[in-house]
Amino acid sequence: MATRGFTGKTSPADYADRIPPGQSRTDGFPVLSAGPTPRVSLGDWSFTLKIGPRPVMRWTWEELTALPQTKMTRDIHCVTKWSKLNTPWRGVLIDDILAEAGLTSLPDYTLAHSFDGYSTNVPTADLIGGKAMVATHYEGQPLTPAHGGPARLLVPHLYFWKSAKWINALQFLERDEAGFWELRGYHIYGDPWREQRYRGDQ
Amino acid sequence: MMDTTLEEGHVQWQEAVIERIERQTERVKSFFLRPQTWRSFRAGQHLDVRLTAPDGYQAQRSYSVASPPEFEGLYELVVERLEDGEVSPFLHDVAEVGDAIEIRGPIGGHFAWGPEDGGPLLLVGGGSGVAPLMSIVRHRAAVSRDVAVVLLQAARTWDNVIFREELIGRDAAEANFTLLLSLSRDTAHRPQDYGRRIDASLLNISLARLGTAPRLTFACGSNAFVEAVTGYLLDLGSDPKTIRTERFGG
Ligand SMILES: Cc1cc2nc3c(=O)[nH]c(=O)nc-3n(C[C@H](O)[C@H](O)[C@H](O)COP(=O)(O)OP(=O)(O)OC[C@H]3O[C@@H](n4cnc5c(N)ncnc54)[C@H](O)[C@@H]3O)c2cc1C
Repeated sequence: MATRGFTGKTSPADYADRIPPGQSRTDGFPVLSAGPTPRVSLGDWSFTLKIGPRPVMRWTWEELTALPQTKMTRDIHCVTKWSKLNTPWRGVLIDDILAEAGLTSLPDYTLAHSFDGYSTNVPTADLIGGKAMVATHYEGQPLTPAHGGPARLLVPHLYFWKSAKWINALQFLERDEAGFWELRGYHIYGDPWREQRYRGDQ
Repeated sequence: MMDTTLEEGHVQWQEAVIERIERQTERVKSFFLRPQTWRSFRAGQHLDVRLTAPDGYQAQRSYSVASPPEFEGLYELVVERLEDGEVSPFLHDVAEVGDAIEIRGPIGGHFAWGPEDGGPLLLVGGGSGVAPLMSIVRHRAAVSRDVAVVLLQAARTWDNVIFREELIGRDAAEANFTLLLSLSRDTAHRPQDYGRRIDASLLNISLARLGTAPRLTFACGSNAFVEAVTGYLLDLGSDPKTIRTERFGG
């Protein structure tokens, strides 16, 4: 259905193939969070890998940031309709974290946990093979608290709520378990190219 | 907590006809939409709006429902016109009564309130951020008037206060409802209001008005507004788990 009188401010043609359906390009960096920005000091910071309920390995800030550093420049897509192209991140690949922990075969599902109690589920396959990292820097600067600092998960090929801010654990699970937004009406997987915004989409 | 109000139909696109447009302030209008299929919802939820150009290009945006679930058949949206925007200037300048636009929802399971959530409630809104809070205020008046509510609303001036007359009327008529206005570029027009920006002391005064710590706080507006408000609340010792936020962008 065409909307009477609407023409739209279409983005330049050379970007069109990088903007998923229903998204609009922004040059800003909007913020979306369910609650207040938590105050996490680097001294109190830690990151834990768990298999089911069992902690497998834990890193302090110094330990985690001593792992190999990787840079990643990606387009990101927020379910609130904005997309931002070429966002430059730095951090530690999930692959490198798993290698450090000596983990090779893993359960199929992962729940990412955050300092504020937030969680989000991602299939393990979407976190490995260079696809995802624990990001500590954005545009060469330490990640600000509003954007998830000290560290956030970065899974840029899924809607951005999957890139949990203020991450403090990855928990591997045999069965898929819905996270915070997934329990509140949002899609269990969240592929922006298939426009999987809400539960019931496709 | 599962979002029980969500069924398949909520995510299907449907046409809604603009039945009425009301000017709220210089830059804000209310749009009353009549969808083909109206669905009940939780106060605080939003609709997605989709516009389609003749060449097939589509733009989508979210707008909170300001009407309460008691207002059957219609959804009221409160849209602020952003100068360089794509969708809000279209709604303000081009859309007319009788036009159809596509919507889906209402959606959203977190920034929402129902009588089962109880109170007291602290509501803090900046500009058009009052929209979902208005749905809560109206719903509460319809279903649980014993729940105490303080609405601290920020606007530039007295004339920029969205829903001003209705809120002042409720403030006078409803025993457990208190409106406090924070006008950043105006003087207070009522003794209980403030001619300054929201700061820690204004939030402290709002909390004191409630008497006991709010069971839930809902803060909504631009990102900068919500960051500032929630920062002050944490400084004042509010429990972060009781604070829910909705950020409109900016
Ligand atoms: C859950 C949810 C509920 C919302 N509810 C409402 C509502 O009830 N009423 C309402 O008016 N809006 C609401 N919004 C915001 C709305 O979805 C649009 O973002 C807004 O109308 C701008 O769209 P646009 O197409 O006019 O501007 P765009 O073309 O998207 O943006 C224009 C420019 O303005 C900037 N911008 C975007 N938002 C803001 C802002 N809030 N302040 C300053 N600059 C901004 C952008 O970065 C961009 O540079 C809501 C957003 C969300 C996520």
